[in-house]
Amino acid sequence: MPTEIPRAQPDSAAAGEASRQLHERLLGGGRERDAAVVELHALLLKAARFEVERRRGSLSHLRVGDREDLAQQSADDALMAVLAKLGEFRGESRFTTWVYKFGLLEAGVKVRRRAWQGREIPIEEEAWATLADAGATVANRVESRELIGALRGAIERSLTAHQREVLVAVALNDVPIDVLAERLGSNRGALYKTLHDARKRLRQDLAERGLTIGESPREER
Amino acid sequence: MSKHPDPDRLLAGALGPAGPELTCEQCFEELDRYVDLARDGADADAAIPGMRAHLQGCPACEEDRRSLVALLERE
Repeated sequence: MPTEIPRAQPDSAAAGEASRQLHERLLGGGRERDAAVVELHALLLKAARFEVERRRGSLSHLRVGDREDLAQQSADDALMAVLAKLGEFRGESRFTTWVYKFGLLEAGVKVRRRAWQGREIPIEEEAWATLADAGATVANRVESRELIGALRGAIERSLTAHQREVLVAVALNDVPIDVLAERLGSNRGALYKTLHDARKRLRQDLAERGLTIGESPREER
Repeated sequence: MSKHPDPDRLLAGALGPAGPELTCEQCFEELDRYVDLARDGADADAAIPGMRAHLQGCPACEEDRRSLVALLERE
């Protein structure tokens, strides 16, 4: 029996129809397309402003005008990305949802990078101090205490220098992966692959030493 | 990092999700469908295997998901 790809339910009411029509007009030409591009930019600006506003706590050093500039730059960059990928929209979600994710991504990356502008990436010693603090707070939970106690050794023993740099920064020192990517001249996908491989090695190392590794705690959706 | 880090969060960050997961690129590709399916009450995790594990392991992609959900909820 063929597997059917689950799709989001058809859009309800006029908003859904307008969303579909916007996609069609963008694929067309002439003045209709020009008008559609203006509408598309407005949607992306809405998403970018939303994201900048949502993260304004990390941008407290910026003036209102600077935050608006950040949103405008994000919308402009997202517009280029959306127009280049219009043909890839598969109709498996609402077109506006598909559009919004580009605006949010551009703004989110810019906000994180701006928030970290001029800040040093924390060094490994800070991560070891964090591990020690965490170990002290689980003194009565044997498995967690043993795992945390063994983590530093596993990191130093099992990982390459690059894997250690990425894992320590992102997983232990809370450096946003987009910020680290910018500093290392890389990108989110490549660094996450490094992080994924490092985690796999750590799990293997700890398991070989007889330590029990549970499932990651599930976060609330 | 806080002076009193959450040990569970720290371990989850260092060891990541146990099961197979999507890449960041695949996650971005599927994010709109995942969010719309969940909003429609469908089982988005079953429809897109590996998505939930990736979101648990990748703080940046999870932030993108949360932002998209929040923006759509405000509409």
